Amino acid sequence: MSETSSRLDLEHVDPDEVREETMIINMGPQHPSTHGVLRLLLELDGENVVSCQPIVGYLHTGIEKNCEYRTWQQGVAYVTRADYLAPFFNELGYCLAAERLLGIEAPPRAQVLRVLFCEMNRIASHLVWPATTGMELGAISMMLYGFREREVILDVFEAATGLRMNHSYFRIGGVIMDLPPDGPAQIREFLRVMPGRIREYERILSENPIWLERNRGVGHLSADRALAFGVTGPMLRAAGVARDVRKDEPYCGYETYEFGVPTASEGDCYARYLVRVEEMKQSLGIVEQCLDRLAEPGPVMVEDPKLRWPAQLEVGPDGIGNSPAYVRHIMEESMEALIHHFKMVTEGISVPAGEVYQPVESPRGELGYYLVSDGGHRPYRVKIRDPSFVNLQAVPAMLEGALVADAIAVIASVDPVMGGVDR
Amino acid sequence: MDWLDWLLLAARVVVVFFVLLLSVILLVWVERKVVADMQTRKGPMRAGPRGVLVSLADGIKLFFKEGITPALADRPVYLIAPIVSMLPAFLAFAVIPFGTGVTLFGRRVPFQIADLNVGILWVLAMSSMMVYGIVLAGWSSGSNYPLLGSIRSSAQMISYEVGMALALVSVLMYSGHLRMTQIVAAQDRVWNVVPQLPAFVIYLIAGLAETNRPPFDLPEAETELVAGYHTEYSGIKFAMFYLAEYLNTVTVAAIATTLFLGGWRGPHPEHLAWLWPILWFVVKVLAIIYAYIWIRATLPRFRYDRLMAFGWKVLIPFGLVWVLATGAVIVLPDVYGRRPVVIGAAAVLAVVLLLSLLWSALARRRETVEAPS
Repeated sequence: MSETSSRLDLEHVDPDEVREETMIINMGPQHPSTHGVLRLLLELDGENVVSCQPIVGYLHTGIEKNCEYRTWQQGVAYVTRADYLAPFFNELGYCLAAERLLGIEAPPRAQVLRVLFCEMNRIASHLVWPATTGMELGAISMMLYGFREREVILDVFEAATGLRMNHSYFRIGGVIMDLPPDGPAQIREFLRVMPGRIREYERILSENPIWLERNRGVGHLSADRALAFGVTGPMLRAAGVARDVRKDEPYCGYETYEFGVPTASEGDCYARYLVRVEEMKQSLGIVEQCLDRLAEPGPVMVEDPKLRWPAQLEVGPDGIGNSPAYVRHIMEESMEALIHHFKMVTEGISVPAGEVYQPVESPRGELGYYLVSDGGHRPYRVKIRDPSFVNLQAVPAMLEGALVADAIAVIASVDPVMGGVDR
Repeated sequence: MDWLDWLLLAARVVVVFFVLLLSVILLVWVERKVVADMQTRKGPMRAGPRGVLVSLADGIKLFFKEGITPALADRPVYLIAPIVSMLPAFLAFAVIPFGTGVTLFGRRVPFQIADLNVGILWVLAMSSMMVYGIVLAGWSSGSNYPLLGSIRSSAQMISYEVGMALALVSVLMYSGHLRMTQIVAAQDRVWNVVPQLPAFVIYLIAGLAETNRPPFDLPEAETELVAGYHTEYSGIKFAMFYLAEYLNTVTVAAIATTLFLGGWRGPHPEHLAWLWPILWFVVKVLAIIYAYIWIRATLPRFRYDRLMAFGWKVLIPFGLVWVLATGAVIVLPDVYGRRPVVIGAAAVLAVVLLLSLLWSALARRRETVEAPS
């Protein structure tokens, strides 16, 4: 002790004698704010981050490989589990890609329903973002508020698809069933409540001095670096690049909807926050337009019996199941119908040989599906370009010269979903 | 002092000890309920009516849990640290007068354990002791997260103690006493919070930092440092840290009540004259704790460097200026005689200056926030 205190005498300090050691800490995979099982190897000099190495793979579930051993239709149920906060986008990317290989297009009403559910899903996913970020930066109430509104959206999903997550609602050739009769009213009620709630979040966070200090100027990523890393979605738009697949390569008739692509120029965590909040508002507008278009009835699945899923779902007293009339038809009335049903369910559809890349704009960025078919009943290869995975690459760059606390804000601003990253 | 005095003193110590323990059990429940209410949920509902026994159940569970000592821990220090952090929290309460007192067996029994003639200094000494438990815990755990947590906390507590001390200094300059009972007695006409409002605000903010409560809960910022300095603690040793933290909250609120809110003072009927001051004291303490819980439910956490910057660049200069102003108000009239016009003009000038500073700071903030196009 006396020796160390004598070193405080500045005249006798030998600069070579000062011990400079960095500390390696392992943030994750079990850590409260790594969004699941992300592992960060942080090299710290005191509170400063010297280097950072993200390590992924702890949630690998073999979704891509599994798809190769299932029929084309079954793939939907697998990919929906990749990015579990944006299940509809995964289903959409997969179905659109398969439909392009088949050379078909879903009926107009199905496309409107797809847009409707995707935008609702975008809001739900963007709600989880301020919720978890708030939690991680210490604004604990924000988490409950975010999940409160997400719950309303999940109720709509549940009413329409039977499930709160992993819906398998979009199928090759359309969607599996129409909205329930009270669906539009339920969504309109949500649209009525939600703008006020978004204002509430803005009142809590937007001008909160601590929130500003934690986010502004933190995790800066310039546009050219973001592009070099392949970063997409709100992170890229927060750096000032108005790239949005919905505008640049429209699908599902997005070119006919009116919506803006919010951008900011700062490229920091706060800009990402602003962009996401604004995107929620834009999505509300799109949902409203969808509801107007849903006034006209129509089929929600292609008519071709060689492509459409043979089941006819109906809401029964115990939930969703096959309609009794259809079961009677195949079991008692028509042998051919039974054979058809059996072949479609066990063998599945066959897709012409070829390969296709179909991007969709997920809440986290460009979600791409690269499908290869060899002409058989199963995909030859399913490759998912998950935006969280690509965006995570930029974390070390954003953490240059940051503090430990910034690491949390930066990871939160990437909004990674490890289900999608590790697949 | 004869044996009866000693007995009464021991009785007071025992009662205060158990009431403090009980208050922590209730406080944890109150905090969880209040935060739950602000977050549109119900909070604990299972143990006891409306979950009131939840922290008792937690305490029992923690008591019977296996205590694990990490292999790399410095064993003796590791075991002592929780006790070191808990003791000052109890001791600081010793000088708090929580009521007027009663007459028992022909003796005056004050509702205070020890009326030290250096009451404020005792409070400061105890609050400085609190940091030792945390530092020792972080150092002895032999693990990185606790070490970072304890480094943060020692820096934080030492810096904010300066601010807290400045707030206390201006109070003792104003009231002219170090003894807690006399400070309360001096507030018989107007509570210190009125003339010493800035000191009160400084004290409340520094108190938040001293007790490691949000938004200053950096030492145990769970989303950064897992559980901070007590990451490696389990069972009853963890419970002691938890207890110490909530005790500190009670103590800080009690000190704020005593120094600024008139202590046990409050209007009351003659009937049961010994009980009302205690009730007033409890109500005031609860009000401050409620404000602390409210802050917790609202604000995000500071970043370490900003926290230090706020402490050293805002809180301490402000406290120094306020000490100077208090001193000027006390001394100058004696030197130059009472000149109400001059004092009034100075007060107006100071208020205008302060408001303009605040206004410019707010205006700057407004400007920089703009929605994306």
